[in-house]
Amino acid sequence: MLRPILTSSASLCTSGASQHESSPPAEGTETVNITYIDKEGKEHTVAAPIGKSLLEVAHDNEIDLEGACEGSLACSTCHLIFEDEGIYKKLPEPHEDELDMLDLAFGLTDTSRLGCQVLASKELEGARVRIPSASRNFYVDGHKPKPH
Amino acid sequence: MLLFAGRQPSARLLAAVGGVSWQNFAVVARSLSNAASGAAAEDSDKLHVCVVGSGPAGFYTVDRLLKKYGGKVHVSILDRLPTPFGLVRSGVAPDHQDTKNVINQFGALAGDPRVSFFGNVHVGRDVALEELRRLHHAVVLAYGAESDRKLGVPGEEGPGVLSAREFVWWYNGHPDARHLPIDLSKVHSVAICGIGNVALDCARALLAPPARYQPTDMAAHALAELGGGGGGGGGAGRSGVRQVHLVARRGPVQAACTPKELKELLTECGVAARTSAPDQLEVSAADAAEMKATRLKRRVHELVSKAVADGAKEAAGGGAKELFFDFYRNPVEVLRDGASGAVTGLKVERTVVQAGGGGGGAPVAVGSGQFEVIPCQLVLKSIGYKGLPMEGVAFDGRRGVIPNVAGRVLKAAPDAKAAASSSSSPPPAAAPAAAAAAVDSGMYVVGWLKRGPTGIIGTNLVDAEETAGALMADAPALLAAGAAAGAGAGAPQGLAGLSGLIKQRRLRAVEWGAWRALDAAEVDAGKAEGRVREKVTEVADMLRIAGV
Repeated sequence: MLRPILTSSASLCTSGASQHESSPPAEGTETVNITYIDKEGKEHTVAAPIGKSLLEVAHDNEIDLEGACEGSLACSTCHLIFEDEGIYKKLPEPHEDELDMLDLAFGLTDTSRLGCQVLASKELEGARVRIPSASRNFYVDGHKPKPH
Repeated sequence: MLLFAGRQPSARLLAAVGGVSWQNFAVVARSLSNAASGAAAEDSDKLHVCVVGSGPAGFYTVDRLLKKYGGKVHVSILDRLPTPFGLVRSGVAPDHQDTKNVINQFGALAGDPRVSFFGNVHVGRDVALEELRRLHHAVVLAYGAESDRKLGVPGEEGPGVLSAREFVWWYNGHPDARHLPIDLSKVHSVAICGIGNVALDCARALLAPPARYQPTDMAAHALAELGGGGGGGGGAGRSGVRQVHLVARRGPVQAACTPKELKELLTECGVAARTSAPDQLEVSAADAAEMKATRLKRRVHELVSKAVADGAKEAAGGGAKELFFDFYRNPVEVLRDGASGAVTGLKVERTVVQAGGGGGGAPVAVGSGQFEVIPCQLVLKSIGYKGLPMEGVAFDGRRGVIPNVAGRVLKAAPDAKAAASSSSSPPPAAAPAAAAAAVDSGMYVVGWLKRGPTGIIGTNLVDAEETAGALMADAPALLAAGAAAGAGAGAPQGLAGLSGLIKQRRLRAVEWGAWRALDAAEVDAGKAEGRVREKVTEVADMLRIAGV
């Protein structure tokens, strides 16, 4: 079985470009534990370096979270749902631009955020975030069920 | 896997050889690491798939297949154009470069050894669908919607009336629209029917100062035509456009456009927003309730109301370009000059919106018997794209989609009675009419061609999961059928057979490396002018530069 060619290497990282490398945090970085629940319902608990976006952390750990626009607030494919409303409320307020894109996300809820806009912080220790999956009655064409 | 034997070459070298940008090499590596003994995969149980169309729908489907099958799948992607990416290249507005970032992900997929791209191969003209079906276990149709809904009004045919699809193709350098007779020097006012995001893209292109588009990848011929138009902004463009009317049958709460696009049109283009009549921003009680419940609708109404209020402070004729929000106006005729046939105006009927009269209980516009004329010299129809049929496959001409259930193509379109429950959603259990048409085994459909021409790039993620899921569920049966078709000659040969056919017919297919050469040439040409890229807009030039 082939192993990934790129291992963690700071020299290969340029700002914003390397979304898909598998790279464990550098030694000495402070991390918090985040659990991603993927589209199949499988849980992945990872160490997220403080200050890294949840999208980057997902990609660093080969978790299947889309990021079509590569973190530039031009899509909503990195949509994450916070399972714990308490943690969600501790996050800094989303920028209006994020809310505008989030409005288009599939399966929007009251605790939804874009993964590229949420940075790992101490407040996120133990956070559980779910990647929404298609359901039998998936909505297309921008229609969303009312958040409840 | 010759390159991996022995020592580890640097990632950059590997990436360069594979024609994949090094940043995305990890994507390829990651997929390969999931492969079950990549190089040594048994060919007998390899799934051969052909995807027709290389836009987001096609590529997200490829993505799902690679993740599931590892080394046991090969996908050939065909596109009738030499260039890949569908509407990401030819639809997404030039001032939305970030939206195009997804091509990095798609490019990494196309560079994967399990994927073979063949551009400039037109199904029907160069290869027959039947041949593709014989060569592959499954064929996935992902060729989108390249036609238009019609207004169905007198005066619609003839010069001066274009679909938004054509106009957008024209400014995005699509070869099919390169020579559209668009002369903006004599155009002062444009009426755009429709108020979705495509209509806003057209309005921006017509009204924004040329500086906005100069550094982008807007086609040079369009930049020349659109730029300038008197007032500031420089540029030597020919456009005389000073007014754009967004003509919408219903009101602000039914508008299909979204806040991000509205905001940029209203705040970044130097336009004065107006309505033609004071009551055009009014909403019903039902509308108000919907706004209260949905942030997106509130934002749209807020943005338009504020812009119109600000615009009122600017006197008409003061020099700023004007953007009119003509809500509650239904186009009934395109008026033309008797002698020359040139468009002179758009006749519209004032409407009243009735709650619950439309499909699914949506508000519907009803005529009031009062008519007005919007003076204009160009009409753009931004009222919806429409799919086109493919020979050998069933087609629903009313909706412009290929009849299907969860992405499995059906052998016949549903009848009118079953039409309400067809195609885009799983049929309810008690709908025998919709389920009666047999599945066309081995044929799949994804994207706009499957569910209708709405939604954004990301909408295709969920769609592709469904279609790929259906294909994966059927795969054991498809593989068995392929094996039963006879060892050797009868079994689907996939890439080997398709490459053979392409060579035999001397087709000038643009493979991925050739596209990368064209891609690099466009980017280089753009650098010289301070632009993201300078698009090549003629197929003959594309083929020559690609070295095909």
